Amino acid sequence: MASPIKRTKRGVPEGLWLRCPGCQNAIFRKEAEKRLSVCPECGYHFYVSARERIEQVLDTGTFEEWDGGLRPTDPLEFQDKKRYDERLKLEQERTGLLDAAITGCGMIRARRVAFGVTDSAFLMGSMGSVVGERLTRLVERATEQRLPLIVVSGSGGGARMHEGILSLMQMAKISAALARYDREGGLFISVLTNPTMGGVAASFASLGDLVFAEPQALIGFAGPRTIKATIRIELPKGFQTSEFLLEHGFVDRIVPRDKLKSEIARTIDYCGK
Amino acid sequence: MDTPAPGLDFEQPIYEIESRIRAQQQSGDRRGEDELRRLRRELAETTRRVYDNLNPWQVVQVARHKDRPHTADYLAMAFEEFVELHGDRHFGDDRAILTGFAKLDQHKVMVVGHQKGRTYKERSACYFGCAHPEGYRKAMGKMRMAAKYGLPVICFIDTPGAYPGIGAEERGQAWVIAENMYEMSRLETPVICVVIGEGGSGGALGIGVGDRVAVLEHAYYSVISPEGCAGILWKSHEYAPRAAEALRFTSRDLLRLGVVDDVIPEPLGGAHRDPHQMAGRLKIYLVRALRELIDRPLPDLVASRYEKFRRMGVFLEG
Repeated sequence: MASPIKRTKRGVPEGLWLRCPGCQNAIFRKEAEKRLSVCPECGYHFYVSARERIEQVLDTGTFEEWDGGLRPTDPLEFQDKKRYDERLKLEQERTGLLDAAITGCGMIRARRVAFGVTDSAFLMGSMGSVVGERLTRLVERATEQRLPLIVVSGSGGGARMHEGILSLMQMAKISAALARYDREGGLFISVLTNPTMGGVAASFASLGDLVFAEPQALIGFAGPRTIKATIRIELPKGFQTSEFLLEHGFVDRIVPRDKLKSEIARTIDYCGK
Repeated sequence: MDTPAPGLDFEQPIYEIESRIRAQQQSGDRRGEDELRRLRRELAETTRRVYDNLNPWQVVQVARHKDRPHTADYLAMAFEEFVELHGDRHFGDDRAILTGFAKLDQHKVMVVGHQKGRTYKERSACYFGCAHPEGYRKAMGKMRMAAKYGLPVICFIDTPGAYPGIGAEERGQAWVIAENMYEMSRLETPVICVVIGEGGSGGALGIGVGDRVAVLEHAYYSVISPEGCAGILWKSHEYAPRAAEALRFTSRDLLRLGVVDDVIPEPLGGAHRDPHQMAGRLKIYLVRALRELIDRPLPDLVASRYEKFRRMGVFLEG
């Protein structure tokens, strides 16, 4: 549907008002932001950046970043219409991030946790070597320090094409680290947000002891366009949403954004960590 | 009658000499022996020239060649016995992944491999080598059993990718691939993985975490298919050859990037020209790797498997 409001390519539209993709109403931006970027009319969950997510989930001022010095490089000298190293610079300037994930530790209602979050605005939140390394180190530190581990995923990109096979291998690397964490009795809560696809969905995001999802998030392995091109039939309504995955048994709970913090705290208490 | 025009356009110079050789043989000209020898030499030189200079997109064509040996072919040629085991105990028996006991030079092993099929009927029955979640579950179930009974696992990777479909998503495609990597990373038995044709993304990696990861010379292993990459980054599948260049997925690149341990050389002109020789080389590789791995204490083995994948990736720090 044509929208009168100018939209940036990704993320929340600029301006005082924004059009909700859920109910098509014009929403006063401040009103949505007050509700953690959730539409006050229909409950649609807008994009939130990694930094905002940290603010929302962790106790104020408790986050301490780990491995913030890791920076991406261009091991393949990859070039499509643009060179990857140039693309990286642009994404870094645009988002203020060095790469698509932030990791560290902090408190959730006074419970110390290892916390990671991907930002779907940085190259679609795709996973290259830096995202893989940061998350692997996060898991390894959580193992050493016996911390509960929370990772909030938002990635439409999956494994990052621009770093080729090295991106794919990050899936194995993180999964292996999570297997060790599991063996040591660690508690991993994976939170899926819109969108979580491809190689991110097919690695750490689905390996949680518990898997939470925000309402109506798009979650899956293959992208809907790829599936449509392969099977050449219309996809059912609600396909690959959080609700669809809950129904098919892959998500433990659908958790609205304003309940996320308390749900995580409660789960940590149940699991005795 | 000449054979009908074969598939790959860059192989045309090879076919031309082959047809000249056939013509010479049929002519029955006794003075033609020298000519025949000369032609055979030319054939070898031309084949070498073509195959030494394959570009990445041509490598993809070779890896997908209709006559390229598949898992079932290697099972028949390189192994003494194969006892197929079916089913994932949850949903079905995915024909895109073959699993079963096998004997290799008197070593008892578990083989897990993608299967593409040869005839149209076979190919559609196994979705052209694209596995569903039940395929990955079957693979993991058999690998777990192998570990229980001390059998090493050999995985043959040959898939365009995990199947993109409604049922596959409903049954947790992302979940099973993740679980397989997770479990394979700590499986207490030697695991050897060989990319024999196409190493298509997560669908490949879902049976690709091992103590040794090797690739056949003209196989490829990629984060995404060149067509898929071209469609996303160039907005058109026609740019697949460009994407193939950019993705650095040939055996030489994989070795340089530290993603595979070994490249197994193919016979002159590719595995499809001499499947038996290829099977022989594969067997030699597998037997050697097995001998290196089977006597290692399991905790060491699993720890070095972890370290092997732990090192992967390139980034800057500080």
